[in-house]
Amino acid sequence: MKHLKAINRKARRVEEFIASEYGDVHALQQQGPPPQRPHFPLGCSLVFSPGWETDSAGGTAGLCQPVERDLYDCYITCFWPAQVPDHFNNYPDWTSKCASATKDWRNIDLVFP
Amino acid sequence: MSAYRHGEFHEFEGGGQSYLYLVPSAAIFALEDLSSAVIGLLKERGLTREEIIAELSARGFAGPDIEDTLDELHQAHAISSGDGFVEPRVESPPQPFPLQTIVMNVTNQCNLSCSYCYEYGEDRIATPEGKTKFMSEETARSTVDFLLNQSPGRRMVHLTFFGGETLLNFKVVKSSIEYAREKAAEMGKYIDFSMTTNATMLNSEIINFLAENNVGVTVSIDGPKESNDQFRVFKNGKGSYDVIAPKIKELIKVHRSRPIGARVTLTAQVVDVKTIFHHLTEEMGFDEVGFAPVTTSPVRLYAIGNKGLDHVLDQFKELAEEYLEHALENKHHGFSNVNDTLQELHQGVSKAYPCGAGLGLLGVAPSGDIGLCHRFVDSPAGKLGHIDTGVDREAQSEHLSRAHINTKYDCHTCWARPVCSGGCYHEAYVRYGDTSHANLHYCDWIRGWTDVCLRIYGEIAARNPKYLERFDERKAI
Repeated sequence: MKHLKAINRKARRVEEFIASEYGDVHALQQQGPPPQRPHFPLGCSLVFSPGWETDSAGGTAGLCQPVERDLYDCYITCFWPAQVPDHFNNYPDWTSKCASATKDWRNIDLVFP
Repeated sequence: MSAYRHGEFHEFEGGGQSYLYLVPSAAIFALEDLSSAVIGLLKERGLTREEIIAELSARGFAGPDIEDTLDELHQAHAISSGDGFVEPRVESPPQPFPLQTIVMNVTNQCNLSCSYCYEYGEDRIATPEGKTKFMSEETARSTVDFLLNQSPGRRMVHLTFFGGETLLNFKVVKSSIEYAREKAAEMGKYIDFSMTTNATMLNSEIINFLAENNVGVTVSIDGPKESNDQFRVFKNGKGSYDVIAPKIKELIKVHRSRPIGARVTLTAQVVDVKTIFHHLTEEMGFDEVGFAPVTTSPVRLYAIGNKGLDHVLDQFKELAEEYLEHALENKHHGFSNVNDTLQELHQGVSKAYPCGAGLGLLGVAPSGDIGLCHRFVDSPAGKLGHIDTGVDREAQSEHLSRAHINTKYDCHTCWARPVCSGGCYHEAYVRYGDTSHANLHYCDWIRGWTDVCLRIYGEIAARNPKYLERFDERKAI
């Protein structure tokens, strides 16, 4: 809240309630996490393709799928806020040199429409 | 689009800052320029969103900011937009409700004859005739067992000893504490003890026992000799001050494990709040002093009339200013009426019931009869069973459904209802013959006092917010 400042403890609870009722969704690793906001994970985690997430130790080594798989998720299973080539019509081969995402991700082509 | 109107709130200022105390949530929000302007704009009449935006844009506020402000105020229920009337619901607390406190009247006898006493005075409601005057050790033990067994889920419970004059039955106080400690330890609970006394029977043995056992002590005393002895007299009419003063000083000197409080009853003849406060803290050494107007029907000579209550409020205000000065410098001030109210305001307490009587708190008479609280023991009104047979659940449900704030029609438009909730059941019974009647004779006083405390709260929040952290932990009552 920008125009009302919660002063007592009840006001802080009201503020939290309002945030959960009316607050915007936000990404899991948004910079400077707003601590009292509700947590609505959207994207990869909903289809169980870990990508933004970390493993139990806080790293990426133990993920059930490689982080590079995200490059595909970007245009197959979920929304990604950046443009990727159109796989279906114009650039069906843009990943053709990438047999295994973990090893070959550097070979994914750039496209110049 | 329907017009925005004010929601339910009380607006106040403190330390140059504007605040809203929202009702019934009891949330306190600080306003800035724009939110303050919206509230100001809606004072006269309701306005649509477009009208508000047009008016405030003309004053130089940015459109998106105005929109945000309206949304925030609306979401917090500070303004409403024809959402319609919502019928207040009576939601009963879960049953059986775990006990937190038992007030044990170890005797209904007293060695003083204070004429205003609610237990023996002209407005008494107790009818103890034919019942035991002193609680037996057996009943006391059953009461302790009852408290421990009926408080599932609570790690800490409270046992308060009361009278009559509590120390007339010190033997039972002592044995109950020893028994309760042992039992509580067996059950993995912690039991806290406190008592109220008129101090006439304190001696070194008792004082040492109270100190060693960490018993919280509240002393009933009405200030310096001339005011205390107006009503607090022995049966022969002799004032009690000279007897109690040296005993209280010894108590305060020896018993340092807990703050010792004084409890003052204000009457038409005893209203000099500041003098009493300074006498009790500076000359007697009390850590805290709490004041309450006498509970009485309005016809008594000692009843405080409306003018008298205004005078008391003025004095409370002056003493509250002293509290504020101390708080701004992080110093202790023992005016417990302010401290207790600030605690509730800070938590944002919004009470469904004025107090815990009949819910988490029960009074037990010397005979073992259970009452709503200590003021109702041995009275047919507010009787809730017997310690041997347990709480009369039907009577308890009846009380809880009648006493809920949402059944008190008179309170529905009052902004102070989150803290007051209709007021003391005993006061209501003495005045109106009905425990669940709203205490309409002191509404103005409650609103006046709550406003004083809100202003102090606001000023502390603006100038020394760190001080309020002491109220973060909710005090168990």
